Amino acid sequence: MTMTGSDLVMYEEEFRKLDSELQKLHQQSNAKVVFLVDKNGQLIASAGETHDIDTTSLASLTAGNIAATGGIARLLGEKEFTILFHEGEKDNIHISLIGQRVILVVIFDSRSSLGLVRLRVKKASEALGKIFEEISLKVEEAKSEGKLDESLFAEISDEDIDNLFR
Amino acid sequence: MSFINYSSREINCKIVYYGPGLCGKTTNLQYIYRRTNPEQKGKLISLATETERTLFFDFLPLALGDIKGFKIRFHLYTVPGQVFYAASRKLILKGVDGVVFVADSQIERMESNLESFDDLKINLAEQGYELSKLPFTIQYNKRDLPNIVPVEDIDRLLNLGGTPWFDGVAVTGKGVFETLKSVAKQVLFELKKNY
Repeated sequence: MTMTGSDLVMYEEEFRKLDSELQKLHQQSNAKVVFLVDKNGQLIASAGETHDIDTTSLASLTAGNIAATGGIARLLGEKEFTILFHEGEKDNIHISLIGQRVILVVIFDSRSSLGLVRLRVKKASEALGKIFEEISLKVEEAKSEGKLDESLFAEISDEDIDNLFR
Repeated sequence: MSFINYSSREINCKIVYYGPGLCGKTTNLQYIYRRTNPEQKGKLISLATETERTLFFDFLPLALGDIKGFKIRFHLYTVPGQVFYAASRKLILKGVDGVVFVADSQIERMESNLESFDDLKINLAEQGYELSKLPFTIQYNKRDLPNIVPVEDIDRLLNLGGTPWFDGVAVTGKGVFETLKSVAKQVLFELKKNY
């Protein structure tokens, strides 16, 4: 996943890598749910017991949360607060930034602990950060070779778009 | 900033409803929510005060359909319209793909419309966007009220030329889907243009 122009692109191969990192984090941190969101509120990937959770809303609210906290940070002269933690009666939520671009969210209960989550998140962040870097490189290469032109959008006709709104 | 996911075969785009306080941004989203099939929509999230004024944002995820096997999803946001929520408004505009400006057609709200419109341009510029280059639609709302400015007059004030606009009565739904379709279409054409 990376920027082409200003848009975010995610391919199959990179998605699998991210997904397996998230699965690992989910297991090793004893978390209920783990997910990755981009700063604009789009869900990128998730692992764990997601079926009971409205992940779309959660992603949007998490991004709003990070945006608001970032606003507060700048008012105080901080660049960013990189970790947020909310404690509930049963569930807790640990939110951290990866490379200024992506938000990693871990939801856990008493089967885990803040210490364990922090430790595992730190390790996972390094691995996830590396994957994002790899993807950036790959897309840069694809761009310079002109491969991105063969994208989906070349096949979409104006008529296809019109038909969506009939 | 749209998110093109080749893995889950989804295209996600962000549309922001902007405009002065009480112009009907939230009402637009509420109408869309009520009139959309359950399988096409997520929850409508409203971060509002006790008096139902938007505090941070409203959020509604919509699935519009498929193109070439890709699910087309739009995330609709509103900003808080009240002047003193300026800091929050800026945050919501991050990564926007298309903007709807909801204008309040009442005579006494013209100044608020202009103020909000300038605020929009400034906040977009701060993020490196230019309104004239973004997918953009205007809705002249509250056309059912008695004390309104003729559409041609507001259009002269707010429309800098060529922006699609619609008459609206958001409480009854007039113009609501026309506005959404107009901006969503522009967003998709823009995406196609850039790839």
